Amino acid sequence: MQRSEAQLSNTRPAPLPMWVRIVVAALLIMPIVALVAVPTYSNADPELWGFPFFYWYSLLWMFIETAMCSLAYVLVTRARRNGGAR
Amino acid sequence: MMPQASGPGVDGVALGVLVFFFAVVTIGGFIAARWRRPGSMHSLDEWGLGGRGFGTVTTWFLLGGDLYTAYTFVAVPAAMFATGAVSGWFAVPYTILVYPLIFVFMPRMWSVAHARGYVTPADFVKGRYGSRGLSLAVALTGILATMPYIALQLVGIQAVVDTVGLGGSSNAFVKDLPLIIAFAVLAAYTYSSGLRAPALIAFVKDTLVYITIIVAIIYVGWKIGFGPTFHAAQTKMDTLTPAGKPTGVFIPGNANAYWAYATLAFGSAMALFMYPHAMTATMSSKSRNVIRRNAAILPTYSLMLAFLALLGFAAIAKKTSVFGSDGLANTQLAVPHFFAQVFPSWFAGVAFAAIAIGALVPAAIMSIAAANLFTRNVYRDFIRPNATPHQEAFVSKIASLVVKFGALAFVLFMDKQNAINLQLLGGVWILQTFLAIVAGLYTRWLHRWALLVGWAVAMVWGTVVAYNQTVPNTKIRLVDGKPVTEVHGQRHFGSSVANFPFTHVTLYIAVSALVINIVIAVALTVVLRAVKAPTGRDETVGDDYYSDSVSEEVLEAELASAGAAGVNPAAQPAGSGATREDT
Repeated sequence: MQRSEAQLSNTRPAPLPMWVRIVVAALLIMPIVALVAVPTYSNADPELWGFPFFYWYSLLWMFIETAMCSLAYVLVTRARRNGGAR
Repeated sequence: MMPQASGPGVDGVALGVLVFFFAVVTIGGFIAARWRRPGSMHSLDEWGLGGRGFGTVTTWFLLGGDLYTAYTFVAVPAAMFATGAVSGWFAVPYTILVYPLIFVFMPRMWSVAHARGYVTPADFVKGRYGSRGLSLAVALTGILATMPYIALQLVGIQAVVDTVGLGGSSNAFVKDLPLIIAFAVLAAYTYSSGLRAPALIAFVKDTLVYITIIVAIIYVGWKIGFGPTFHAAQTKMDTLTPAGKPTGVFIPGNANAYWAYATLAFGSAMALFMYPHAMTATMSSKSRNVIRRNAAILPTYSLMLAFLALLGFAAIAKKTSVFGSDGLANTQLAVPHFFAQVFPSWFAGVAFAAIAIGALVPAAIMSIAAANLFTRNVYRDFIRPNATPHQEAFVSKIASLVVKFGALAFVLFMDKQNAINLQLLGGVWILQTFLAIVAGLYTRWLHRWALLVGWAVAMVWGTVVAYNQTVPNTKIRLVDGKPVTEVHGQRHFGSSVANFPFTHVTLYIAVSALVINIVIAVALTVVLRAVKAPTGRDETVGDDYYSDSVSEEVLEAELASAGAAGVNPAAQPAGSGATREDT
């Protein structure tokens, strides 16, 4: 907030290492696959605190996804910086 | 059982609390123009994008205000209340699926928009494909899809007004007066403060929303119990209707329900960031990293949405009455009536304020986004090519007023079912811009004319199919305390899912239309490339898709190097981060 007008860096950063790309892609694709595969979790049991499995499993993925997106963020920003971005 | 809900009386305490919070955000809205005051408000970058300088926290509130609207708060639990999981709970996987997509696509969009000064998605399409026609198609789709969305925010406010007891007057003008006042005030501060107004108000809105939902869910868990809540919902969903079908879906249990649920969730996630208002909130952030960080922290809203959805089931368990002051059943009233039923008046007032202010924030951002589209992609491209930034900002302000009052007129003078139908269509329409925008972020292979034809066919097909989904038009009226069901012929737009052509697989109509859109665009591109049709000039270059704000990177490096060295960043000498980064 304290900084004035942001300047633009228009130089393309070094490409991410292959392992980072693969890990980040996996982290981002897993929640999508898990939630789109509805038959894998459309059951009532086991229940958790009164929540049928179908409901608490969706919520569980929300937490997993938050962790995965955060990890992907850390991986990408680290790799960009260590790659001598500019 | 619940005098507030069905009686004609006004709940004075709840109304007082509601008015108090409304006054607070009104003042905030006008003060917002001074927030991080720019040299001049007379450009679209300042008025329409808040100076493109919002950090992680502001962007979080802004996107949250954008994505979780009053209509979401009212409609998602209403859908849970009425028909259960497929039409209601799908919103939970939907808001989870959206973040990986944001993480991947939006930083590229942000970069190219920053490098080339784009304000709208249609600006990007024009620059990328060198096609004013395709850009106009994207812009008009955006405006068309946003208008009913704004109207639905008003439907959210109406539900609150009706619950507080102001909807009972037989005089139409008095009945709608609160809505008109709320919107006039909103229009005034949006006009003067631009995107800064909703950004500031979003803080208040989300605080109220979080408090309300957390208290409500604690109430549900403690007083009703989650087990009995789900049990009541299951009993209702499994009960057969007079037509012999189950009332709703508690847990999807057959192939059609799986497909419907999965495509609704995934299709809505893809559509969300094609909406101009979501794009505006993203572009107003100050760096790529702000967007990625938000993709990681925004899912907290999904949790709130899930709790909110469960209130629909809680209303089933508490046997909440959904009869409005007009004596007709309206499932949209499920949550406001639930609040009135279980909370003391003053806290119900807080909850109502959360919903009402939850309507103002997105309505402001949406009207700004639609106005930006009009100004950049219709006014500047087709009417006055050499408009000055000052003129652009002025046209945008006027356009945002027109859009808002158009939405108001729509809600006041037409049946609100029309707004809901158009909102369903809006989702179908906006997803048809996905291909041109998202594919365009990665490749120029698709031909602009092929994209235009694919878009046009999918728009028409989707509209026709959605129109053809007829259901009996039933109204449930309260006569002498007993519900009486009336059937008034058939109603169109009865469902957002339909069979994919030539199959018996039930998919979200928007997704089916997108598949058709992609097939046509790819096939025509092959043909057009074979005959060497002119492809148009691409003004963007590869590096544009990676541009970032320098200061942000330096700050990142500073924090990281400080963290790596185990030193408090504040103790680092200035500039050490920058030097370290060069090693």
